Amino acid sequence: MKRKSLAVLLVSVLTMSILLTACGSSNAGDTAVDFSAGLVTDIGGIDDKSFNQGTWEGLEVFSEKTGADINYLQSEEDADYEPNLSAFADEGADLIVAPGFLFQDAMKEASSNFPEQNFLVIDTVVDAPNVASALFAEHEGSFLVGAAAALKAQEAGKDTVGFIGGVDSEAIQKFEAGFEAGVSAVDSNMNILIEYAGAFDNAQTGQALAARMYDQGAYAIYHAAGGTGNGLIREARERRANGEDVWAIGVDRDQYEDGIYDGDKSAVLTSMLKRVDTASYEVAKLTLDGEFPGGELLTFDLANEGVALPENNPNLSDEIVEKVQEFIPQITSGELEISPVPLRVQEEE
Amino acid sequence: MSKIKGFLANKKNHSFIIPIIAILLGFLFGSLIMVLSGLNPIDLFVSLVRAVTGIDISNIGTGKKIFNARYIGEYFVYVMPLVLTGLSAAFAFRTGLFNIGGEGQVVVGAFFATYVGLTFDLPGFLLLPAVILAGALGGALWGFIPGILKAKFNVSEVVVTIMLNYIGMYSTNYFLKQLPGSTNTKTAEIPQAGLLSSDFLAGITNNSRLHYGFIIVIIAVFIFWFVIEKTTFGYELKSVGYNPLASKYAGMKVERNAALSMTIAGAFAGLAGAILVSGTFGYGRVINSFENYGFDGLAVALIGNSTGLGTFLGALLFGALKAAQPIMQINRIPRDIAIIIISSIVVFIAMRNGIKMKLDKIKVKEVEK
Repeated sequence: MKRKSLAVLLVSVLTMSILLTACGSSNAGDTAVDFSAGLVTDIGGIDDKSFNQGTWEGLEVFSEKTGADINYLQSEEDADYEPNLSAFADEGADLIVAPGFLFQDAMKEASSNFPEQNFLVIDTVVDAPNVASALFAEHEGSFLVGAAAALKAQEAGKDTVGFIGGVDSEAIQKFEAGFEAGVSAVDSNMNILIEYAGAFDNAQTGQALAARMYDQGAYAIYHAAGGTGNGLIREARERRANGEDVWAIGVDRDQYEDGIYDGDKSAVLTSMLKRVDTASYEVAKLTLDGEFPGGELLTFDLANEGVALPENNPNLSDEIVEKVQEFIPQITSGELEISPVPLRVQEEE
Repeated sequence: MSKIKGFLANKKNHSFIIPIIAILLGFLFGSLIMVLSGLNPIDLFVSLVRAVTGIDISNIGTGKKIFNARYIGEYFVYVMPLVLTGLSAAFAFRTGLFNIGGEGQVVVGAFFATYVGLTFDLPGFLLLPAVILAGALGGALWGFIPGILKAKFNVSEVVVTIMLNYIGMYSTNYFLKQLPGSTNTKTAEIPQAGLLSSDFLAGITNNSRLHYGFIIVIIAVFIFWFVIEKTTFGYELKSVGYNPLASKYAGMKVERNAALSMTIAGAFAGLAGAILVSGTFGYGRVINSFENYGFDGLAVALIGNSTGLGTFLGALLFGALKAAQPIMQINRIPRDIAIIIISSIVVFIAMRNGIKMKLDKIKVKEVEK
């Protein structure tokens, strides 16, 4: 009896699988346009609330608008980068996207092994005719949050703001330089405290640095420190919950949600958005139109809204937002030039 | 029918019947999960075949490219470190020890190999052996610490090896960054003479990263088999594994053997680190989290019943499942489902003892008749 029921189970499993095979094949290849894009993520995956997620969201919008076929591959370890890029190339994906400078070596190899395929790499430059490199003008976006921080501090009668960086490198100094310039453009007498945590994943250090800077009188602190910045936001949240008037400023995406401490009140003043979704969307669109920018270096800045302030800034008055936005045409027209190198580094040189 | 029963009941056949039944059950269960989640189980097998042989069955008859040798090359790139970390875990298992420290031994081995590769000014033909041996030495050191603590003070090797994983990863990260030419994420490139990579092997496998590490792997499997099966030392290790008290009574140096066993186990894992540096990447990497080579090695050793050949076959199977995972993702099988299937297959294989009991029951019935 037992054996019979097992046989029935097996037969039904087999029947189901055959039926499902039939369904599967009839659905395949129903896309509106004959275009496919593949995203290879680092070990973070497409729900990392950061880079990978942003890039994927750009591709999703692209797929919704054009009906293109999109897919992604999550890497389990560094050794997966190159085979994963190659896997999409084998599939004949029309555009293969990889976000982050970690992909530099793998991208170099894969693009030379597959000269017919089109690649997009974000935040680093790979010099190959079939690779488009997307960089962001983080200093321009940081200028805006710097101006916002200074205006808000003036409103509260404070004279100090701060910046926490992840690792002291050229990439992060761009954020520092822009922030510094933005603050000085509003009030050249305002103090700017600068600290580097030495890591992107150390929230404890971030919180300790933030506590020290707030104690030194910093009114608003901007961070470009990834996970380390979560410590800053935590400290700001705790201090605001205790009635202190201090702020944190988010980076890369709108971090307003992260700063919520009471109902819908958030300790995040505003954020500097880095629109990686714009980058992946734009390049996919260009590729679909037959204008893949191979070998080019694409810059995403204020002019094409690659960097921006969030649409809603509940913690900034309309007056401040207006004043900050007045800077945008000055920057995009070239009237106001922002250096990607901070003053302290310029002085050294 | 009775012939089949006799065949199944014959204890002599068990050594190969049991793993085969276990693997089949595993795949059956994996297929069941796929059917339940609305996926086509055939994709699992198509992906596996493609990962291992490079042959894309679903392209047959469509005019698309059917065979791609790169997959074979990449498959062996997956398998090589798994064999070595598998041997590491198996060697310790044989002495009744749990080496959870494969992870740390891999990163310390990788660091030693990188250090020698970047700083030792040796004539060309000596550099590569020095890099490989340095890797083994680094791993051996990281296995020796828990081994000696176990021998002298009876400290649990499980706790020590787990903690040494973290100490190993974070301290080598620091030292890697101090090497000349290092950035925050990787070191400078190791000179060509210190690399296992080969243009010839890459050429015949359509530009895969296949490298000469497989020679080291084969030698390691042979050494494992020889030490465990053919030497007095190996016999003592096994004896300690079966029953430490009896072994002690018989005059064996149980403590010394424990320390030695962990050291040798560490050396195997260190070799995995060396071939990752010298074969797969060509430079040292600052890693932010464990890459599971060591932990996967535990599973591989279990699949292989802690023998040399078994571990090798276990790594071939485990490596196939790992290599198939990206292909499954490309075929729209969600990553989570792919991981569930792979893990369940391993669970079934680990349930060998249950299958053995069932097989033994067949015999009992025969006798009753």
